[in-house]
Amino acid sequence: MATTERLTSGGVGDAVLRKEDRKFVTGEGRYVDDLKLPGMLHAAFVRSSFGHAKINSIDASAALAMPGVHAVLTNATLPVETGVLSASNPGGDVRHPEQAILAKEFARYVGEPVAMVIADDRYLARDAADAVQVDYDPVPVVVDAEKALEPGAPLVHAEYDSNLVKTLAHVTDGFADALAKAPKKISLRVVNQRVTPMPMETRGCIGDWSNSTGEVTLYTSTQVAHFVRTFVSIVCGTSEAKVRVVTPDVGGGFGAKLNTYREEFAVCAASKVVGRPVKWIEDRTENAVATIHGRDQVQYYEAGVDENGKILALKFDAVQNNGAYNQLLTPSISHLTLFMVPGCYDIQDVSITIRQVFTNTTPTDAYRGAGRPEATHGIERLMDAIADDLGIDAAEVRRRNFIKADQFPYASATGLSYDSGDYHATLEVALELSKYAGFEARRAEAAKRGKYRGIGLSTYVEVCGLAPSAVTAALGIGAPGWEHSTVRLHPTGKATVITGTSPHGQGHATSWSQITQTELGIPFDDVEVIHGDTAFQPYGLGTYGSRSLAVGGIALYRSLGKVREKARELAAHLLECSIDDLEWTGTSWQVKGSPDRAKTIQELAYAGWTSASLPEGIEPVLEATTFHDPPNFTFPFGTHVCEVEIDQATGRVEVVNYTAVDDCGNVINPMIVDGQVHGGIIQGLGQALFEETVYSEDGHMLTPTLVEYLVPSAADVPPMTLHRTTTPSPSNPMGVKGIGEAGTIAASSAIVNAAVDALSVIGVRHLEMPMQPARIWNVMQEAKS
Amino acid sequence: MGQTITVTVNGTAHTAEVEQRTLLVHFLRETLNLTGTHIGCDTSTCGCCTVHLDGETVLSCSLLAVQADGRAVRTVEGLEQNGELHPIQRAFYENHGLQCGFCTPGMMMSALGVIEQHPDASDDEIREALEGNLCRCTGYQNIVAAVRSAADEMARS
Repeated sequence: MATTERLTSGGVGDAVLRKEDRKFVTGEGRYVDDLKLPGMLHAAFVRSSFGHAKINSIDASAALAMPGVHAVLTNATLPVETGVLSASNPGGDVRHPEQAILAKEFARYVGEPVAMVIADDRYLARDAADAVQVDYDPVPVVVDAEKALEPGAPLVHAEYDSNLVKTLAHVTDGFADALAKAPKKISLRVVNQRVTPMPMETRGCIGDWSNSTGEVTLYTSTQVAHFVRTFVSIVCGTSEAKVRVVTPDVGGGFGAKLNTYREEFAVCAASKVVGRPVKWIEDRTENAVATIHGRDQVQYYEAGVDENGKILALKFDAVQNNGAYNQLLTPSISHLTLFMVPGCYDIQDVSITIRQVFTNTTPTDAYRGAGRPEATHGIERLMDAIADDLGIDAAEVRRRNFIKADQFPYASATGLSYDSGDYHATLEVALELSKYAGFEARRAEAAKRGKYRGIGLSTYVEVCGLAPSAVTAALGIGAPGWEHSTVRLHPTGKATVITGTSPHGQGHATSWSQITQTELGIPFDDVEVIHGDTAFQPYGLGTYGSRSLAVGGIALYRSLGKVREKARELAAHLLECSIDDLEWTGTSWQVKGSPDRAKTIQELAYAGWTSASLPEGIEPVLEATTFHDPPNFTFPFGTHVCEVEIDQATGRVEVVNYTAVDDCGNVINPMIVDGQVHGGIIQGLGQALFEETVYSEDGHMLTPTLVEYLVPSAADVPPMTLHRTTTPSPSNPMGVKGIGEAGTIAASSAIVNAAVDALSVIGVRHLEMPMQPARIWNVMQEAKS
Repeated sequence: MGQTITVTVNGTAHTAEVEQRTLLVHFLRETLNLTGTHIGCDTSTCGCCTVHLDGETVLSCSLLAVQADGRAVRTVEGLEQNGELHPIQRAFYENHGLQCGFCTPGMMMSALGVIEQHPDASDDEIREALEGNLCRCTGYQNIVAAVRSAADEMARS
């Protein structure tokens, strides 16, 4: 029976402590920078210091003269076949300019790699990179996406007639009528600012090319080892079968490592040149410019509503800043925004236009939530704006617009089929737990202490379990969405689980062992989970988009079922009975009602291996493989309630109370789920309160370190109260949905709504993020004057 | 320019020649192969490289190896004794105080410094004391719980 007491082993539903942890708490984790290969050299990159510049010449003579420098490579000398590839092609008419591995002719953002130095050690490589002289002619720069669309704006890519990448558009037939008939129109502009994922481990990789065999091994800190392998083979011009990508322990990803980057190709190509392994470890200042950013979307909402606050039609126009190039999935991210524009509300008439734009900035791509936090933040601000305008309580306006529990499966106006939900239930539980009804007394009490206190709601639904391959194909993405698993029983009855998911903190070794114990009766401690090495596994799609459990976990579940059924045929043969005479006890197949006539799964694993006597048509060994393509996405949901206090003198916003009620369907490990929610909420809090990636008008990065770019510390975050409701997904046999991104998707709007509520007493009706003290102080001064 | 230094790390004296500009963290990681101490930033902001120098909590990315000459360093590898996890290690495991694990060694070394100097620290004081150690995964709630639990256990023993 499931329990919330923490256990050292267990099955589905148990709060099992993580089997991953011992190596991490003893310092025996092996991240990419911990690896040393014989003869290994070190790379450093020369990066553009201009937002946009023509490269006239590169003089590497001083660098090459330094003892211990082996090579300085440029676009002209790096042996690659092509530039960075994107898998993302929504609609087929996306502009995909060439993104050379090392810049060719022009550098288009600060930090773009221009040359690569290979040297004996990393100190020398850095010194030599600084000695490379690049002659640039700066050209006009544009960093703001809306300005980049104006006539006459500097062109990021001169081969196009504008900076437009692609326009996503979706209008329902009844939209124009519905908007025209709405008695009231409410408009809102929302800026979802650019942020940086900032995993604590930066990126890093080691390329090891064998010139004798043509084989290349790439060790890289990634969420998508197989994508990287496919693209390395194409970019570097070698057989995919000769490329091995190894993912060591990965120190956080959050989407930053759901990509294939120039440096990953460059270390392979450089290793080919120097004939020795080449390691590159990104430093934090590089990370701020060389690793993808997230968000950067400006949104314009217009809602047609009736007198009760019910939305009759919703218009959404947005501009998405793609940065200077398209990375792996850049053009697809705002498609996820498009999907989720209506949120958890029953809005059947929409008009959605998202214009994606090139600018002279680091490319944006998937950052935790990836397009969905943008949609949720905007509509949750809009719901409060409607409530404010019509004088309706913020919870009540949501109740009136929610999709109701009896409407599932729900066909959304954007073409999705929401699988299951009970939005009213999470709202009511959250209101109760957060003591929403008694809030005004707390506001009054805080005022006596010189604080503006406010309360804010976020009711969200997200689309997870990326993705049904038919949908990725329909979007023009040149990659599928299925996941792989193999379950292998050894002669001794132990199990190896090979998964295509690629955990980097999510605890899959633990959760997958729990599923294996429950479904196959192999004890938790007898299960080993292998991931992230293309030499050991069929193709895997990796970990992102809250997909690991809902897609990879189901692939595992199905392989376990196949092994169990094969074991049943073997048991029937050995027990000389029909398979219909057998029942599964959880750990063995036994003749119904006869516990003395049974074979444990371990006995059957041995019998399957020895193959002394197999039933006709059954191959030796208990092993099974599944490629699971999900029939639908999953749709986790919930309600978060936040209370903030704002210092009337300084403008500092402090989150003083945070309640989250989430529904991610059935739960494998409640401890891990809670941990995902905690972390997700605090990333949303970071965006709401502190984080913003800032460029100057001329393209310089003004937040290049953790001194300027503020991520939350332990002192900045509140204790959180978590609760769950359980609405299983009907889309998969375990009823699971996914939880990796929920906290981030929900949190920012709950916090901003609370801050707006706090300042409503002085007439403030909207706030942009991040709500740093200076911004809030200025808003307060304006409101008072 | 090389310089010979002797540093006692986790009770063992190590003598090596290092460049004068070599950071202590690189000496630990590259020369001694003690890779449990991590590097997360360039600006003494993240705390991933936290170790103890003569019992004091320091950032090993902001000290030169030559500054540790003749002194004693304690790293995450020195916590476990005879196969038994240190209470701070056990507490992080038992409280799910880590996810990706990258900040964890530095976080534990800072936490240990807090506990040793302020055994009665409140949760708020623990949060303030850990301000220089960033974690991007956990939201800190379980880290604070882990430090509280380790402090209580160490106070009992």
